[in-house]
Amino acid sequence: MSDLNDLYQEVILDHNRRPRNFHPIADASHTAEGFNPLCGDRLTLYLKIDGDRIVDVSFEGAGCAISKASASLMTDALKGRTVADARALFERFHRMVTTPPDEPVEELGKLSALAGVREFPVRVKCASLAWHTFKAALTHEQKTSTE
Amino acid sequence: MTAIAGSERPGLQALDVIRLRTDFPILARTVHGKPLVYLDNAATTQKPRVVLETLASYYTDINANVHRGVHELSGRATDAYEASRERVRAFFGAASTQEIIFTRNATEGVNLVAYSFVKPRLRAGDEILITAMEHHSNIVPWQLACEGTGATLKVAPIDDRGALILDEFERMLTPRTRIAAVTHMSNALGTITPVADIVRLAHANGVPVLIDASQAAYHMPVDVRALDCDFLVATGHKLYGPTGIGVLFGKASHLETMPPFLGGGDMIGSVTFERSTWNALPYKFEAGTPNIAGAIGLHAALDYIEGVGFEAIALHERELLEYGTGVLESIEGVRLIGTAPRKASILSFVMDGIHPHDIGTIVDREGVAIRTGHHCAQPVMERFGIPATARASLAMYNTREELDALGRALRKVREVFV
Repeated sequence: MSDLNDLYQEVILDHNRRPRNFHPIADASHTAEGFNPLCGDRLTLYLKIDGDRIVDVSFEGAGCAISKASASLMTDALKGRTVADARALFERFHRMVTTPPDEPVEELGKLSALAGVREFPVRVKCASLAWHTFKAALTHEQKTSTE
Repeated sequence: MTAIAGSERPGLQALDVIRLRTDFPILARTVHGKPLVYLDNAATTQKPRVVLETLASYYTDINANVHRGVHELSGRATDAYEASRERVRAFFGAASTQEIIFTRNATEGVNLVAYSFVKPRLRAGDEILITAMEHHSNIVPWQLACEGTGATLKVAPIDDRGALILDEFERMLTPRTRIAAVTHMSNALGTITPVADIVRLAHANGVPVLIDASQAAYHMPVDVRALDCDFLVATGHKLYGPTGIGVLFGKASHLETMPPFLGGGDMIGSVTFERSTWNALPYKFEAGTPNIAGAIGLHAALDYIEGVGFEAIALHERELLEYGTGVLESIEGVRLIGTAPRKASILSFVMDGIHPHDIGTIVDREGVAIRTGHHCAQPVMERFGIPATARASLAMYNTREELDALGRALRKVREVFV
């Protein structure tokens, strides 16, 4: 069960049960929809960007615990950052979840809870869906997919 | 095979599953350090050793192209390939091997009928009738056929248990219906459809019928002449055979009128740069080098199935389905999706507050392989208002102990989440 405990950590289960920033933003400046056809995960991401700063971010949707918790943790992590900083965080997160499980990874605060997904290669897409949707929202792509 | 006490029907030999399992090498392996519990048979079945050995011996002893050479090996490969066609004919009860076309899979068979039989006949206002429980492979080819013709796809509804509403199906047969394409058994729900009634009602309205037997064919005998269907598709890898080999049955009277689906070698009578003529049935529909090894492997698989016998298989699988239903119903928060009065070998379910994908990952760590997702049947998921289900699907080699293992794994899922 040790791998499973790495994957389904308490922080993941908590964000799955009580997702943060789980609502639409009426005056969002950017939105995008993300879809994982493999498991049917679907989310809508809302961004409110003022100048070069993300002043608000939220999401809605349905999905597995990993995708929902990842989206919830991401919205917490992005709020208040500059766009450039947020893009850099995308790269750091992406590196964390795609590094082989036996290699060390950068500490990313609460986002590190998702490092356990590395033991479950088919679930990496679930963890990255929100982040890819975030990137798509920045470039105004209306739909994105992790398939 | 030895009889097992408790069989309700005297004279019927129950399966000796423990011995039968030794015919399937993969069932002896472990996954994540646990014995493999393979419950994803609706996606593909495992292969008995005799199929694996047949594939190896084809390539080791007689590999050559078919219908071409005068040399010894080409003759032997052709004989083996055509012997498989005869085996398939007998398995599905067709009148002639002319009516048996080898395809890659069931999907290719549906596409062949959609393009060569239905599309040329479609006019604006025409209709194609399917059911709400079809696999994507029996939806999308018809949408493609309708494109640009002005014809539309009609969908006969299912009830809350997942059974076809036959009265509605009958009502939706109109003078504009060009074909009815219906599954024999739902891969997502396990529902067995009343195919004989469907064919009777459709024919009474002058509508030809295609039956998708992909799921049914490894659980029960399917006889195309008894059903009187016009077309039937099936796939080898769900019949304990290799991947990449499928079967299309078509009535010769239809196949004769149809243009080729793919052009190339083997399907021609003669070729000049001005025009070509087509080979006789069934070769008109088999362009290019076919999956020779796959066809020969399928022959071995069908022999294996009939060696075990559908009566024994059906009895065993029915007992397993009842037992597995009980196992799932005993777990708090589990709800079965697909409870039609006539169903087979599929246990589709959801768990309160737990996404099927998370279920799949956790039970996998216990060695239990199930499918999670929409099962290539998104409209079925929509019908039941759920994004996905977890699905355990049974085959002849499964046991009660394996269903107990599934139950234990699902209790672990609840431990993680609740």
